[in-house]
Amino acid sequence: MRETTSSHVFRWVTVAVLTVFTVVPLWVMVTSSMKPLSEVQASFTWWPQNITFQPFIDMWSTVPLASYFVNSLIVSSAATLISLVIAVFAAYAVSRYRFKGRNVFTTTVLSTQMFPGVLFLLPLFLIFVNINQATGIQLVGTRWGLIITYFTFVLPFSIWMLAGYFDGIPRDLDEAAKVDGSGPMGALWHVVLPAARPGLIAVAIYSFMTSWGEVLFASVMTTDENRTLAVGLQLYSTQTNVYWNQIMAASLVVSIPIVVAFLLLQRNFVAGLTAGAVK
Amino acid sequence: MRKRAIAVAAIAAAVSLVVAGCSSSGSGGSSSGATITYWASNQGTSLANDKEVLTPVLNDFTKQTGIKVKLEVIGWNDLQTRIQTAVTSGQGPDVLNIGNTWAASLQATGAFLPFDDANMKAIGGSDKFVKTALETGGVKGKPVTSVPLYGLAYGLYYNKKMYADAGVQPPTTWEELVAAAKKLTTGSQYGFSLAAGSYTENVHFAFINSAQNGGEWFDSKGNPTFDTQPNIDGIKRYLDLMQTDKVVNTSNAQYDNGVQAVNDFATGKVAMILSQNNADSSIVANGMKNDQYGVVPFPAPDGGEKVASHVAGINLSVFKNTKQKDAALKFVKYMTSEDTQTTLGKPYSTLPVLNDAKPNFTDNAEEAATFQKIYNDMSKPLPLVPAEDQFENTVGKAMNDMFAKIATGSTVSDADIKTALKNAQDQVKQSLGG
Amino acid sequence: MSTTTDVRGPAQTVPVPAAPPAPKRRRPKGWWLPFVLLAPAIIFELLIHVVPMLTGIWISFLQLTKFYIANWGEAPFVGLKNYAVALDFSGSTGAALLSSFFVTVGFTILVVGLSWVFGMAAAVALQGRFRGRAFFRTLFLVPYALPLYAGIITWKFMFQKDTGAINNFFFDTLGFSGDKPFWLIGNNAFWAIVIVAIWRLWPFAFLMLMAGLQSIPAEVYEASAVDGAKPFRQWHAITLPMLRPVNSVLLLVMFLWTFNDFNTPYVLFGSTAQPASGDLISFHIYNASFLTWNFGSGAAMSVLLLIFLLIVTGIYLLAVNRRNRNA
Repeated sequence: MRETTSSHVFRWVTVAVLTVFTVVPLWVMVTSSMKPLSEVQASFTWWPQNITFQPFIDMWSTVPLASYFVNSLIVSSAATLISLVIAVFAAYAVSRYRFKGRNVFTTTVLSTQMFPGVLFLLPLFLIFVNINQATGIQLVGTRWGLIITYFTFVLPFSIWMLAGYFDGIPRDLDEAAKVDGSGPMGALWHVVLPAARPGLIAVAIYSFMTSWGEVLFASVMTTDENRTLAVGLQLYSTQTNVYWNQIMAASLVVSIPIVVAFLLLQRNFVAGLTAGAVK
Repeated sequence: MRKRAIAVAAIAAAVSLVVAGCSSSGSGGSSSGATITYWASNQGTSLANDKEVLTPVLNDFTKQTGIKVKLEVIGWNDLQTRIQTAVTSGQGPDVLNIGNTWAASLQATGAFLPFDDANMKAIGGSDKFVKTALETGGVKGKPVTSVPLYGLAYGLYYNKKMYADAGVQPPTTWEELVAAAKKLTTGSQYGFSLAAGSYTENVHFAFINSAQNGGEWFDSKGNPTFDTQPNIDGIKRYLDLMQTDKVVNTSNAQYDNGVQAVNDFATGKVAMILSQNNADSSIVANGMKNDQYGVVPFPAPDGGEKVASHVAGINLSVFKNTKQKDAALKFVKYMTSEDTQTTLGKPYSTLPVLNDAKPNFTDNAEEAATFQKIYNDMSKPLPLVPAEDQFENTVGKAMNDMFAKIATGSTVSDADIKTALKNAQDQVKQSLGG
Repeated sequence: MSTTTDVRGPAQTVPVPAAPPAPKRRRPKGWWLPFVLLAPAIIFELLIHVVPMLTGIWISFLQLTKFYIANWGEAPFVGLKNYAVALDFSGSTGAALLSSFFVTVGFTILVVGLSWVFGMAAAVALQGRFRGRAFFRTLFLVPYALPLYAGIITWKFMFQKDTGAINNFFFDTLGFSGDKPFWLIGNNAFWAIVIVAIWRLWPFAFLMLMAGLQSIPAEVYEASAVDGAKPFRQWHAITLPMLRPVNSVLLLVMFLWTFNDFNTPYVLFGSTAQPASGDLISFHIYNASFLTWNFGSGAAMSVLLLIFLLIVTGIYLLAVNRRNRNA
């Protein structure tokens, strides 16, 4: 792409503004995590007056952070993987086939995004309890209840987005693969998926982050043993005090692996994966 | 088309699946060797701390009775939702803590075990409880569905040094209180700090102030009577602390929980706060020493009723469909026994709910005696009606709005208060099916 | 997304040895494939999304309050009463709902609009290769990576009147005169939630648009540059149209999620404060119904919300499809 002066200026102005907007709260978080509690509760200062790393130590015991972190990791990863598989198949069907009921399916799936999440809560809880009574499979108070809930919650958007990304991949590629002898599944695996890799990654990130941050259902579906991070962080606000500095410290620490993962995923956002494929 | 009919039938079947499991069944059972599930609320400095405090107490219980207790501590943010899902699905703990102001509302769900004569006898009889505390357990005239566990009451905390410096005595009437607060509001120091952005705190004081005027919020039939004059007057004088007396920093309109006000007090920014007795641990944790502050009952206007607090605290309830009724009752008896009450009083900074028990939440004997007097003799339960939670919601949030108005520069008059209370009353009437 | 091919008729194979493509009347080979591919999605959607939603709709016709919550079967059927109360704008419930609705509309337009603009600007700015691109890409995603509670709590911190960073910066550091304003109560509460929501949403738009941009081959831009196209024209004539499939979905879901946003007001204002200018509709429904066990009313309000969003979405999709057909 040609780099003109105006595009240079645009780039750096945009980057500067957005960087400030992004960084200021992060700065507040980082500095607050290094302040003793009394300083955090007092008037705000841009730089800590007494730097301490005690919050990073206390945070593990005020709240069983390690256990919550592991739970969140397991639940979010499982939900992401399962939802990706289901969504890829469904999106492929929606994108590549014109079948009866296609519109009904997509409309229904979309309408699930219009209902306030709060209202799903009680009926869903009841369904899980009834399944338990009918089949003995325990869903409430286990990780699986949450995993199933989460991967279903992210399905609509994942299917929609993936269908959109798949739509952007020319059918000629599919045909080319089929001519070479593979069926539709082969075309999916060998051609469409690799070409849609950025889309897949984006949707995977969305699924993971949605499960990672969900609070309402996690608070109801989990017990102490499988409580997730999102709920657990609220527990730094207790009957007697709100441990701001520990909240910040905990948030930073648990976000580091995710940020590192983001960095590593960078190379998947590479331009032109489909360029030159149709020749 | 047939396919569509099948689909509709399938969905209808699925929906009925949801409803099918709603009702519940109960049964008793032998108690020794049983396990009961107990949901405790957050009373200590953290959930981990709660576990630490409760585990030895529960182990003792197991040693005495052979009944094991599976403990889960739940934060306040989640407790009500968890109770709702438990009530809805019929799957829940055997015993649980509830905020005692929820008792009448929860009783109306029918999901909790009434403490009739037999059950009450099994836990040691109703005479052992402080009378006003026991009253909070449910609606008048019906067997209560919860019994008191931990007692809490509001007191007026004051900074002794600031008082001495200003030459002020601890107030015994509202008028003295305002005068003292005005003297103590100088420079960047304010006389008072209020959690003016927390609807629960606000509604508590709407109630207390109105009670001092002899006001009522519901009539004998359970209909709301919000916009009556004693209520309006009570709210007005509380709002005026910020509005006309100007002894409260307008920033307090942002304080959405009591902890922030307590911090202001503990760091010497204000001379007085109104707080429940479990503020002590926060105050001390923030650096103030026990002998630097004193407590007096929240005063009433000259000639008003001597109500200094509502009956605050935590109650204990048993789920009606528990399969371990005997074990659960034994546990309730144990938790409300003198020994356990004494053990838990200190770490949780609570007042005993038993008659003739001595508070031990603080080493300061004077403070302990003051709070005991307030709790036993000068407190009134919040309205004991199923619509109590709607009362808290509507009136409390109306007060949040009024404080916000004052803080951002507008004024709130008697007429405004009356209108707000009428709106709140209408909302409650509507939700009652009126 | 326009028409579905009509497949009817018995599945028979025509005994022609050379096997030309099957005529449209017969079911094509492998017609069952899309349904099999969709089956898992359909099953779980039904179980976790659709049935609870239908249950919610059913509840809206009942007076499901704390008196009946333990046994839903006994809740009295009240027909449209819950809806009548919610839509009676002269009564306090209806008036509050209407006011919350308007707040939410304003909030959604601002947040979706600005988040999309920021996301697009960043995606375009970071499209070309330059030193530090990976760093900025990651940096911009950090708000998205942070636990939601922590991010919003930090802003709550910053919005405090006397001790917060924002007022501190403008009034103490830059020396603005006048009183420090409140951000979390009164009218400014609206701006507080808008800012926080944008902070959290724009990285998501950025992420999706960035992925979408990757499928545009660089040669297209190079070719247009040779023809003398300036960057803005390239954006308008190449980027935007090629992003249309992604954008049409992205804008719609951003709209739906933002309209239904519960977490932002819930964490920012806590469970004990509910300023009118920050009263988003999901939050409003929760406070007006869940906290007081009045589920029938809450369900009715949710269904009204659903109907509104269905209408808006329907109009949006019609407009998008028409553009697609004309394109």
